[in-house]
Amino acid sequence: MNRITEAFHRRKALIPFITGGDPDMAVTEELIYALIDAGADLEEIGLPFSDPIAEGPVIQAADERALRAGCTADKLFTLVRRVRRRTNIPLLFMTYLNPVFTYGSRRFMENCADCGVDGLITPDMPWEERGELAADSAACGVTLISMLAPTSAGRVRQIAASAEGFLYCVSSLGVTGERQEIGRAAADIIARARTVTNLPCAIGFGISTPAQAGAMAALADGVIVGSAIVRLVAENGAASVAPVREFVRGLRAAIDAGSGTAGAGLETREGEIHV
Amino acid sequence: MENGRFGGYGGRYIPETLMSAVLELEAAYERWRADPEFTGELAALLADYAGRPSRLYFARKMTADLGGAKIYLKREDLNHTGSHKINNVLGQALLAKKMGKTRLIAETGAGQHGVATATAAALMDMDCEIFMGREDTERQALNVYRMELLGAKVHRVTSGTMTLKDAVNATMREWASRAADTHYVLGSVMGPHPFPLMVRDFQAVIGREIRAQLLAAEGRLPDVVVACVGGGSNAIGSFYEFIPEEQVALVGCEAAGLGVDHPQNAATIANGSVGVFHGMKSYFCQDAYGQIAPVYSISAGLDYPGIGPEHAALHDSGRAIYVPVTDAEAVEAFDYLSRMEGVIPAVESAHAVAWARQAAPALGREKIIVITLSGRGDKDVAAIARYRGVDLHE
Repeated sequence: MNRITEAFHRRKALIPFITGGDPDMAVTEELIYALIDAGADLEEIGLPFSDPIAEGPVIQAADERALRAGCTADKLFTLVRRVRRRTNIPLLFMTYLNPVFTYGSRRFMENCADCGVDGLITPDMPWEERGELAADSAACGVTLISMLAPTSAGRVRQIAASAEGFLYCVSSLGVTGERQEIGRAAADIIARARTVTNLPCAIGFGISTPAQAGAMAALADGVIVGSAIVRLVAENGAASVAPVREFVRGLRAAIDAGSGTAGAGLETREGEIHV
Repeated sequence: MENGRFGGYGGRYIPETLMSAVLELEAAYERWRADPEFTGELAALLADYAGRPSRLYFARKMTADLGGAKIYLKREDLNHTGSHKINNVLGQALLAKKMGKTRLIAETGAGQHGVATATAAALMDMDCEIFMGREDTERQALNVYRMELLGAKVHRVTSGTMTLKDAVNATMREWASRAADTHYVLGSVMGPHPFPLMVRDFQAVIGREIRAQLLAAEGRLPDVVVACVGGGSNAIGSFYEFIPEEQVALVGCEAAGLGVDHPQNAATIANGSVGVFHGMKSYFCQDAYGQIAPVYSISAGLDYPGIGPEHAALHDSGRAIYVPVTDAEAVEAFDYLSRMEGVIPAVESAHAVAWARQAAPALGREKIIVITLSGRGDKDVAAIARYRGVDLHE
């Protein structure tokens, strides 16, 4: 069992996301520790990309800030290598295919394995194009995370068959005013996934409050929170560690309390979707 | 070609949230592309509404002036809405209608594709929203107003470099959030499969007409077909018919901006490397870490950091060649064609004219060059004046 799978065995997993290098590498390192301290079970670190087509405006802006501040794949690898001396928490890179492809996918995966990056999420690599990275990631023991969308109904079986680690369930098709619909779509896709796989299902929305995190935890094995944290970083910059820790503690408490029922308190703010 | 691949290029590198929309589109295109109901309706629209076939005009004065190969102009600028974009848009809008979609969205750079999409939406009674980089809305203010006149809503995109690539990003995000009633009318031979294939099919009418018209005029095929290349839709539309005809040279003109060695250019084949972006594997202008480079051209329509996957394959095989043309050369050609033939070309198309001006004298008088004039230059008059420092108020 690898670190990613283990993380889902203890409890409902809280998976916060931060953009690497936003506002700078030193703060990112402090944030990684603060998230662990606040109760994260896995962490997603965004390797910023110039054109993140699956991101809403909050994370787009974070990517732009991080790139302007000079963040690169090599700097993030160095950071993770240092962080690994202090923690065993599973760390996932979230990025786009081009930074991996251009770096050289084999070299990228070797560096992941070497530095202690457990897995990789590339939202612009659907099941059909998985072959782009699958051989190199497998050879290096890096987990490739697959995604499911509410519109994936007919594709769940094939996606689940090649998936590893956990299934990243996205519900990003909603427009304002369709909260109940979104809740049902997410529940439906997870229910369908459960009929074909034993992999844990984590859900990523524009989850921005503890109440929503609690409600989502009732539905899934893990909850991914991105934009709400990244917004705190945007607002507080170098002073963001304390407010982020505080906010993530609130998420942890709500998830552990198991409060809320599926579909309750769901609210996807338009444009705040972190796929 | 298999699974949307042209050689090793193309593919379908998009978020899972877009896959169902793209698969639905592919199925619909396969269902309708050869159906006489669809092809008949499209042919009628192209003839009666767009004004096809576009003229193949013998540029007598230009030919005499250059003293070499005979120059023919394929007059896509004479189409309704003023460019080749209408060919593709009518095809996609008709297909969207067959699919039961009620809303069209599109990106636009210079505004030509946005105007064409807004036009088709008006004609076919569909809602229309256009995404355009804020920088381009300023460069092409008249086209923004034109789209609004046609009933479209224009979104000014303020992320990234605020140009064409960011408009594509924004339109893809919009489509991912709302595909049930919405078709994304992609404007070039780029993006995920089936777009590069489908848009090429809709634009291939250009090359088919060139063949028939030149056979009628000269009794033979051209020696060279030259067109400008951003994403590359007018170029592939011009080339496709002639790919099997090895004796016909195919030349794509990329925007070299201030020069291929200057940081401000958009010459993807000259300066780019293979990458994966906007749903496709192809050549892109990018840095060593795979960050997409900000590109520049005087022409908003060529101001794009990538090139369609079929062009990437044609480049690798050597079947087509791609040459960089600078702003200065394009503006000079813009002037030249205006004064020589009384035809004001789009500044995009002027890149192809510039190459032909240099190449024609070296070719014998028995040779024939066909230049595809992808669009008319009315939209560029103010920008050209600004380029020269003339303070022109529209």
